[in-house]
Amino acid sequence: MFDWFAKIGRSSIDFFARFGREMILFIQTVIGFASLIPRPGLIIAQMYSVGVRSMLIILVSGFFVGMVLGLQGYNTLVDFGAEESLGVVVALSLVRELGPVVTALLYAGRAGSALMAEIGLMKATEQLSGLEMMAVNPVNRILAPRLLAGIISMPLLVAMFSAVGVFGGYLVGVDMLGVDSGAYWSQMQAKVDYNDDIVNGVIKSFAFGIVTTWIAVYEGYSCIPTSEGVSRATTRTVVYSALTVLGLDFLLTALMLD
Amino acid sequence: MPDNEDNLVKIRGLHFARGSSKIFTGVDIDIPGGKITAIMGPSGTGKTTLLKLIGGQIKPQQGTIHFHGENIPSMRTRKLYEVRKKMGMLFQSGALLTDMSVYDNIAFPLREHTQLPEVMIRDLVIMKLQAVGLRGARHLMPSELSGGMARRAALARAIALDPEMILYDEPFTGQDPISMGVLVQLIRSMNKALGLTSVIVSHDIEETMAIADKVYIISQGKVVGHGSPDEIDKSDSPWINQFVHGEADGPVPFHYQAVPYKEDLLAQ
Ligand SMILES: Nc1ncnc2c1ncn2[C@@H]1O[C@H](COP(=O)(O)OP(=O)(O)OP(=O)(O)O)[C@@H](O)[C@H]1O
Ligand SMILES: [Mg+2]
Repeated sequence: MFDWFAKIGRSSIDFFARFGREMILFIQTVIGFASLIPRPGLIIAQMYSVGVRSMLIILVSGFFVGMVLGLQGYNTLVDFGAEESLGVVVALSLVRELGPVVTALLYAGRAGSALMAEIGLMKATEQLSGLEMMAVNPVNRILAPRLLAGIISMPLLVAMFSAVGVFGGYLVGVDMLGVDSGAYWSQMQAKVDYNDDIVNGVIKSFAFGIVTTWIAVYEGYSCIPTSEGVSRATTRTVVYSALTVLGLDFLLTALMLD
Repeated sequence: MPDNEDNLVKIRGLHFARGSSKIFTGVDIDIPGGKITAIMGPSGTGKTTLLKLIGGQIKPQQGTIHFHGENIPSMRTRKLYEVRKKMGMLFQSGALLTDMSVYDNIAFPLREHTQLPEVMIRDLVIMKLQAVGLRGARHLMPSELSGGMARRAALARAIALDPEMILYDEPFTGQDPISMGVLVQLIRSMNKALGLTSVIVSHDIEETMAIADKVYIISQGKVVGHGSPDEIDKSDSPWINQFVHGEADGPVPFHYQAVPYKEDLLAQ
């Protein structure tokens, strides 16, 4: 009769147990950052594979997003005779919202899924067990450098995305639609605030770097070590990352506008 | 050489279950230092699991596993990693790191745990590779190795740090008769020359019995027989006989637990 009650109880206990394990692993991984100090090479190698390899897709996407912003912004602003402000619209949209969010979504699809599959396959082929038996802690050796590389790479990728986007907006707005070039830049300079806009964007990008990379690393480390398990965990990685990024974006924006 | 009383590993009252399936129900095993101990048993009885328990990768629900007098399941992580430096383990699948060459795989534990200069590491790696006959294959990636070669490369890696004890999970499977002979020779000579303690899990009864000092046979969660290879060979226990002589009929079932065959076929 109280079956459903027991069921809810059991699944909440399961949930919190899993959540607790995940948090413990997260803390252990962060503590593992210390073991990387004498070995920066490990981080650099990972920054190459998560950061540099995501660069092309980020740059191309940033350019297109900037061009679309230029078009849409111009069409709206021209009705009010305010097309001089196009630079501000493009820059603020990118720096505050689209830069961090779109970059994080692309990163989750490009780098997150690859990270997850790599770690999941290392688990499936007993490489993680092998490391443990060689007295090498996989949390320090595998998880920590990847997480740290992701956290460092994300703000850099976001910066590139936004910068390229500003040029995309310039190309459409100034070169194609005839907005004054001087106004595009000077209005942007005058209206984009360092503390309110740039810093907030950087904070967001760090937060997204942590959650997307962590989800990928955790899903890989805890997946069921079979081909099916790895494939499911890959899907979960992308879906969870996307949802978390969008939800977190709302939360952070609400806090920042406060 | 340590005498028979000096057991490097002492397992007492070991109980281990995965979910509802009981894998060990009260296992006692002594692994004497400096000797070769073989652990045999039908597929799926938990031999690999036993090695993982000894390596501290999983914890038993009950019972103790003493290594040098210290209980592995109750060790703290840091201590456990110290102890593992004294153990080498050869995985059934090899478990080579797939993103580095054979050479780097074998150099890996040396680079992680020693401050040796690269020239010295190079010499050590080449010596280990020579021992397993893969000196010429050092530039290959793990994906370019055959199963047998991968196993041998993994063996070279397991002995890289000169451990006190090596756990071999099926070292002979997938080896041709020549490399099998070489491996048997290698295990024996490491054991004699370096006083290494070896634990071999294997189905290859003949080869294993030929080099083992002590044999354990486990089946259905229990030790069903142990002794020197001679004693095992002469034993009249039906469990041992069936396994050692490979008879299909006997107390050890070939089939995984199931409903009767006929019932299953007729079931709709
Ligand atoms: N990760 C796991 N999760 C659940 N059950 C497992 C897992 N690994 C092994 N088992 C179960 O534990 C039992 C023992 O497995 P183990 O791999 O130790 O057998 P084994 O004696 O090494 O067999 P083989 O000789 O075929 O290698 C098997 O019945 C298997 O179904
Ligand atoms: Mg096995």
